Amino acid sequence: MRATLDLPPDFDPVSGRFGKFGGRFVAETLMPALDELTKAFLAAWADADFRNELDGLLRDYVGRETPLYHARRLSGEVGADVWLKREDLAHTGAHKVNNTVGQVLLAKRMGKTRVIAETGAGQHGVATATACALFGLPCEVFMGAEDVRRQAPNVRRMELLGAKVHAVQSGSRTLKDAMNEALRDWVTNVEDTYYCVGSAAGPHPYPLIVRELQSVIGREARAQMLRQKGRLPDVVVACVGGGSNAIGAFAGFLEDRDVKLVGVEAAGEGLHGKHAAPLTAGSVGVLHGAKSYLLQTDDGQVAEAHSISAGLDYPGVGPEHSHLKDTGRATYVAVTDDEALAGFQQLTRLEGILPALETSHAIGALPKIVAKEGEGVSIVVCLSGRGDKDLETVQSVLAERAAKTH
Amino acid sequence: MGRIAEAFATAADDHRAALVIYLCAGDPSLDATVELVVAAAEAGADVIELGVPFSDPTADGLAIQQASERSLARGTTMRGVLDVVRRVRERSAVPILLFGYYNPILHYGEAKLVADAKAAGVDGFLVVDLPPEEADPLVAPIREAGLGYVPLVAPTSTDSRVVQAAALASGFVYYVSMTGVTGSKDAVLDEAAERAAELRTKIDAPVAVGFGIATADDARVVAAKADGVVVGSAIVRAIASASDVEGATAAVHALVSSLAAACRR
Repeated sequence: MRATLDLPPDFDPVSGRFGKFGGRFVAETLMPALDELTKAFLAAWADADFRNELDGLLRDYVGRETPLYHARRLSGEVGADVWLKREDLAHTGAHKVNNTVGQVLLAKRMGKTRVIAETGAGQHGVATATACALFGLPCEVFMGAEDVRRQAPNVRRMELLGAKVHAVQSGSRTLKDAMNEALRDWVTNVEDTYYCVGSAAGPHPYPLIVRELQSVIGREARAQMLRQKGRLPDVVVACVGGGSNAIGAFAGFLEDRDVKLVGVEAAGEGLHGKHAAPLTAGSVGVLHGAKSYLLQTDDGQVAEAHSISAGLDYPGVGPEHSHLKDTGRATYVAVTDDEALAGFQQLTRLEGILPALETSHAIGALPKIVAKEGEGVSIVVCLSGRGDKDLETVQSVLAERAAKTH
Repeated sequence: MGRIAEAFATAADDHRAALVIYLCAGDPSLDATVELVVAAAEAGADVIELGVPFSDPTADGLAIQQASERSLARGTTMRGVLDVVRRVRERSAVPILLFGYYNPILHYGEAKLVADAKAAGVDGFLVVDLPPEEADPLVAPIREAGLGYVPLVAPTSTDSRVVQAAALASGFVYYVSMTGVTGSKDAVLDEAAERAAELRTKIDAPVAVGFGIATADDARVVAAKADGVVVGSAIVRAIASASDVEGATAAVHALVSSLAAACRR
């Protein structure tokens, strides 16, 4: 029997808050379901049988542990000692599967007969559809119509996996609107449906569930660094949209006060233009059930985000990141679409690894981080996903540029 | 007693259910909303829920989503909505409840909004995404100002949650007829009315039923057993399908009149 959950620092399990962030701002209809989910998750997480079954699936099905790769050529070019936590090598090509295998296993345990999910880049949608295929549960995925267009390969993958994909036409037709529509479906079908949230966002207990399921990234990376390099890294870097891969990577190092944690948001066209960097340039608000940093107008309307990467194109962020920002335990920087593209090209050419455009933000931030922390620092980068889904976007942007320069 | 509670008491004395009418402020314009509120009150609405549009209305179906989008596209702000109330108050004493989502309220500042709303002539608040656990920062200034607060109770609410919600109520309790979003056709209204009547025996506040009530026939079923009947999406659709403000005002007047007649027992 395992010990019960070690709660994250400054987390209050009654209010579901990390410091002053988080909570539950949802329609009354959903409140009993969130209570039920909280109880079910805490019971499952303390149950050795559940944990053993999950660990077995993470090993044999997902392919964990994922490698920690010493990127020597990239290290040479950025002037630091860079280690890549290869979540792109996890089944389905991104860290998202760590969360969906756990949550769909929980859905099964709770006796739910239908699973829904929202998705931005489509990675969470694919990972949810995959877990549902594995467990034999019907799956419906809500995806903004704009994202359906720019992430077409993932739509085809979800459909092949047997999921139904709903293209959401409202609002900005991206991740925010997909989550609105998933919440509307859940409020309608709450009795039999499990809502598998993909990011460390949403009402309590989702930020807790997702960070616990993703914390395997940070735990493994910490042990691997000790084993392979013989000491902890100076810095851990990860991209932040809602923030699930970052919170998972950070979770393993929170107590190591000498390890700096840096989250990289999407600065889009620049912080004075359209962007997706609520921690860097937003203010506190409530979206999708949690209090957190948010991009909003002077009148408290949620502002449209922009990023070249669909997975970061979200005006909110998970509440634990807001707390880590306010306490100073983590710092957050933002890199533009252009810097992310440069990161994409750099990693591809130097290491033969095509990162997702989301992940490319973490690579693109390395020059800034090295400039601040000094040459030679050791850095673990969470390589959250592979970039095959983004080839069309990258090629069309590069072609556009080539046309401009000629 | 506040004006909202008074309206329910008066309706009960008249042997009818109180009729609560939702309008999305700023759809088609703030000027039009003033006319539509006055028309609804003249046609027999006992309470107006004045919707403050929000960019991400997760509890609303398509009709109110689109009305909110139209309103925001025209630049509706919280101050603009309060101005509508101020202008209505020159012509009507109908109780007005601000109905919306939490973020615009949080951003404005709860205490400041309550003070400004009271000065404008608002009688109370209903916030869709603010369960009892999170309601304190808003309910405290509302109580201090002597305004009304309307909590929601859903079919999924446990007994202890019902008690928790009812403890916050001043005005009435809003019973959501079904698990779903506004404007849905899936509500089983006689069962919802039955459940509202049962709730009434457990709590010390009138219970109004909303979600999925569109026609006079729907209203009649609910009015037979519940203290109040809430109609929203049907009103919003009537306004959207009118060709101009006069047409919308006439359509709202006609629909509210027929709903009011159906609320008599």
